[in-house]
Amino acid sequence: MDIQELIENFELFDDWEDKYRYLIDLGEHLPQLPPALHSEEWKVSGCQSQVWLVPDVIEEAGKKLINFRGDSDAAIVKGIIAIVLSIFTHKTPQQIKEIEVENIFAKLGLSEHLSPSRRNGLGAMTEKIRYYASIL
Amino acid sequence: MYDINEIRKDFPILNIQINGKPNTFLDTAASAQKPQCVIDTLVRVYSGTYANVHRGSYYLSEQITGLYEQAREIIKTFINAASSHEIIYTRNATEAFNLIAYSWGRNFLKTGDEVLISEAEHHANLIPWQILRDELGIKLKIFKIANDGSYIEDEYLKLLNEKTKLVSVTAMSNVLGTVFPIKKMVSQAHKVGALFAVDACQYAVHRQIDVQDWDCDFLAFSGHKTYGPSGVGVLYGKMSVLEQMLPYQVGGDMVDTVSFEHTTYALPPSRFEAGTPAIVDAIALGSALKYMMNIGWARLEAHEQDLIVYASQQLQEIAGLKIIGTAPDKGGVFSFDLNGIHAQDVAFILDKEGVSIRTGHHCAEPLVKRMGYNSLARASIGLYTSREDIDRFIQALYKVSSFF
Repeated sequence: MDIQELIENFELFDDWEDKYRYLIDLGEHLPQLPPALHSEEWKVSGCQSQVWLVPDVIEEAGKKLINFRGDSDAAIVKGIIAIVLSIFTHKTPQQIKEIEVENIFAKLGLSEHLSPSRRNGLGAMTEKIRYYASIL
Repeated sequence: MYDINEIRKDFPILNIQINGKPNTFLDTAASAQKPQCVIDTLVRVYSGTYANVHRGSYYLSEQITGLYEQAREIIKTFINAASSHEIIYTRNATEAFNLIAYSWGRNFLKTGDEVLISEAEHHANLIPWQILRDELGIKLKIFKIANDGSYIEDEYLKLLNEKTKLVSVTAMSNVLGTVFPIKKMVSQAHKVGALFAVDACQYAVHRQIDVQDWDCDFLAFSGHKTYGPSGVGVLYGKMSVLEQMLPYQVGGDMVDTVSFEHTTYALPPSRFEAGTPAIVDAIALGSALKYMMNIGWARLEAHEQDLIVYASQQLQEIAGLKIIGTAPDKGGVFSFDLNGIHAQDVAFILDKEGVSIRTGHHCAEPLVKRMGYNSLARASIGLYTSREDIDRFIQALYKVSSFF
């Protein structure tokens, strides 16, 4: 699902409960990450739950694109990962650098997950994705 | 018992709303909310009596030094120390343990000596000893607790011997609530010639401390957990022990005489209080402890005991909920697992209902792992917690269950 579609879906919900149920649902539908990738190497530190992010570089029409896979042991965070992946996956490093993730989460009505004190990993995830974009 | 509604009026933050819901604050074990008298002290001192302490011979400095030292007297009374000279202001309990490790440990421990702690220690009472172990070649021994979180005397005595130079144990676990029988443990430690340090961070919030009765050599607690400001904590040390210790940090306000060749250190507690301290926070900590003592320990404990029983009953009725830490003698801390739902998911949904709890490893990662978890949810109570708080918490937990 692309991010525009997600924003439109989130607009349909009036209350946080439906939003969170949808978030959990998104997480449940995230493609499974192979157990071997649940390793320290792909772990994102700075989260209260365990979060893994795996970048895969591909070439398409002569352009370098980065795809991401991810997982978490917490359901709501897994939903957030699903959103993060739909924002960042299949983009060029330059595009990744330019995306303003804060605006997107504000549009989704999930701004509370941006607060640094939350340490739920959104900040750490974004940082890690930008880091991968800068070195790959 | 007391009229909880009257008590709650003293804590302005309890009136705010969170996500449109009443503020159900159940994270006192991490940091307590502040009564109006503490807030007033901060404002009053900054507005009318502020200067540096122990420095100038002028009116304001004398006034504030008086208040600062009065607060030390209040702390002395709070833990029943023999003298206020045994009270060292620190930033928090973490700094207190680092101070013990640095100023006592580095001077008195040698290769082969043993430091004994429990499985239930906070990182602040674990990592300083790991560092000494690696630096000095001492051994760090850790005695086991029971699966329900209870203290097991045999496990303690099994590891206590003549090589033990220091026992450092929490009086009340921040994860399990377990209360350790400190007085007896101290006497057993002294028999083998070991000193005894107490982590009283949680205990000090809920029960009366008597360092002379316990006969412990060190005791630490944090001001922000005992309804005082953040940034100030307390280390108690027996004078006979403190006198032999070298400074922790060096600089201003901790010396007797200084020349370019040599420095003579001041007597305790000044020796351990280098630099300008958290002056106003220390004074306001005095107000917080006075507030607690004015309520009275018997009434405070009766109120909290009632809540502990009430909350335990309610929690046990929730299908799939398991309380982690069910020692017969425990304080107002409830770590729990709800049907294997990740603690963070629990906390996110509780937050939406205005309920604040702590999740994660609670700065006691080995203990959480030992209990079989990576992350735990924890609710904890304070003197202002009401039955209505517990009811809202329980209702919110049912809501959490409905999501999964």
